Amino acid sequence: MPVGAANRDPLEPEDIAMPVPAPQGSNGFSFAVRQATRPLWTVCGERLLTVLIYLCGISAIIFVLSIFIFVFTEAAPVLFGGKLKLSQFLFSTEWYPTSEVNVRYGVLAMIAGTFAVTGVAMVIAVPFGLGAAIYLSEFCGPKVKETLKIVIELLAAIPSVVWGFIGLTIMSRLIVYFTGAPVGVNVLNAGIIIALMSVPIIVSIGEDALKAVPDSYREAAIALGVTKWQLTWRVLLPASKNGLLAAVLLGVGRGVGETMAVLMATGHAVHIPHSPLDSVRTLTANIAAELGEAPADSDHYRVLFLTGVLLFVLTFIVNLAADLAIRGVKKQ
Amino acid sequence: MTKKCLMSWSTRLGAVTCLSAGLLLTGCGGKSGGNKQAAIQVKGSDTMVNLAGDWAMEYKKVNPAVEIEVSGGGSGVGIAALIKGTIDIADASRNMKPAEIEQAKKASGKEPKEFIVAYDALGIYVHKDNPINEISTEQIAEIYKEGGTITKWSDLGIKMPAGSDEIIRVSRQSSSGTYEFLREHVLKNKDFKLGSRDMNGSKEVVELVAGTIGAIGYSGMGYNEPGKVKMLKVSMKKGEPAIEPSVANTLNKSYPIARSLQVYTLGEPTGEVAKYINWTMTDAGQKIVEQSGYVPLAPELRKK
Repeated sequence: MPVGAANRDPLEPEDIAMPVPAPQGSNGFSFAVRQATRPLWTVCGERLLTVLIYLCGISAIIFVLSIFIFVFTEAAPVLFGGKLKLSQFLFSTEWYPTSEVNVRYGVLAMIAGTFAVTGVAMVIAVPFGLGAAIYLSEFCGPKVKETLKIVIELLAAIPSVVWGFIGLTIMSRLIVYFTGAPVGVNVLNAGIIIALMSVPIIVSIGEDALKAVPDSYREAAIALGVTKWQLTWRVLLPASKNGLLAAVLLGVGRGVGETMAVLMATGHAVHIPHSPLDSVRTLTANIAAELGEAPADSDHYRVLFLTGVLLFVLTFIVNLAADLAIRGVKKQ
Repeated sequence: MTKKCLMSWSTRLGAVTCLSAGLLLTGCGGKSGGNKQAAIQVKGSDTMVNLAGDWAMEYKKVNPAVEIEVSGGGSGVGIAALIKGTIDIADASRNMKPAEIEQAKKASGKEPKEFIVAYDALGIYVHKDNPINEISTEQIAEIYKEGGTITKWSDLGIKMPAGSDEIIRVSRQSSSGTYEFLREHVLKNKDFKLGSRDMNGSKEVVELVAGTIGAIGYSGMGYNEPGKVKMLKVSMKKGEPAIEPSVANTLNKSYPIARSLQVYTLGEPTGEVAKYINWTMTDAGQKIVEQSGYVPLAPELRKK
């Protein structure tokens, strides 16, 4: 034990601050006030802890801001240097960062790839995730619920590289077998993988949203003689729609931001997809694959950071939308 | 009463914080003090990553005091790390470019030193059921390069099962030395056609080709898996005799897309790094090259 704590028992009576109210006489005469007699050490310790906790609280903001500033300043020279047109960056599909003859930086195909993978993932994950949330919250017994929740949390704990591995080896073969696609690493493969990864988020947040609906709603509906299905569809879903929307949007955020699994499961081809069976490349996977070799401060390096800024903006929009949706819940 | 509890809680928390901080400090000190083993950091080529790993394991028996840490990522990644000075040895399946040598000199003041440690016949892989047996470098270029004209197996005169006539191009990410080697020596510095499946490792290329009937891919000969994929014979031009990618044909330089595998250090290597590189070029080290499926150095180039 540190010295300070040893020779000063915190439970000693004089530690207890007893602020005596100082009644102000109407004639302007004030009484003597007994000062609080807490030892300096505990006062300072408490102050220090308050400051520490305050720093912890605002650290998230500091980190996010400094990361954004760092990413942006790394990207700024190429953005404002006149070498790269923003319209070409955003709307060209030609990505030749290391070409010997004609270097071109266009990320449209990767934006399309990111949205295609996320879209397919959500088509799969939203019905399953919300369905599971409704089942957990309204239909199943407590024992099943506990088991299912543990299993779903386990699903969330699988590292993304393991998902990628499953996509590359097992899922790709299944897709070739069932769809007859020429190659198994494609939008559908990555979509299924991302769906499996975002279902736990959708389930746990969706279930919380359903739990937040006051029981009086349920009681009133049951008193009116509705069936369980009518209760869910007509009462609970409308009442918790903001929370469910937030759940879905956080799932979307996962899809946009996921890197390792999509790097392995999409096929990593720069190509605007025409069907779910086409290979694509996503923005995140492209950064992961190329940043390691791009010489520091080269144009290629800065363009990859610019891709990072673009991703930042995309996920920020998604998270902001989710946050606004949650605020909507609180207002109700 | 509540105040009393809060206070005692805060002082106790303070005590715990002090204690744990103290523990952390002593813990760190202990670790850095006890680290006496020499460690060599090796990074780079995916073509060579298995070979480098096998060398590291074997060298552990020769000199147990030296720890060799191997990672892949691509020749470009290894060379970039060497320039930054974060590793001791960069593996590369291509040569360092003049611009990279300049960067290294600027960053460290030392000239990068190259050691050729093995040879590789770059394999052109197809699915085992693909009836094709040989291909010319011109045809490879037409398949892979931007604006290339060959997109179907029937363009090569190959009859594939229905629905798999399209050539699925399997390529590598741009940090790969193999990617750059093919671009320089087969595509003649033209760009790759977009839309190829760019894998992140040599093994992934072979895996994907093994699972995809219409695929074609390229990787080091050490990744060959007979029975799952087929390595094609390669000719310089259509009509010229196609050469099998074998050890003999690499050593006599008749295989058209053979290449050297090399390691780079910043400046002349010293101490354990020099000993290690020297060992990889001895008979013992070159035996590992053979076991990894690559082509060892000719006896007169080996070290004692």
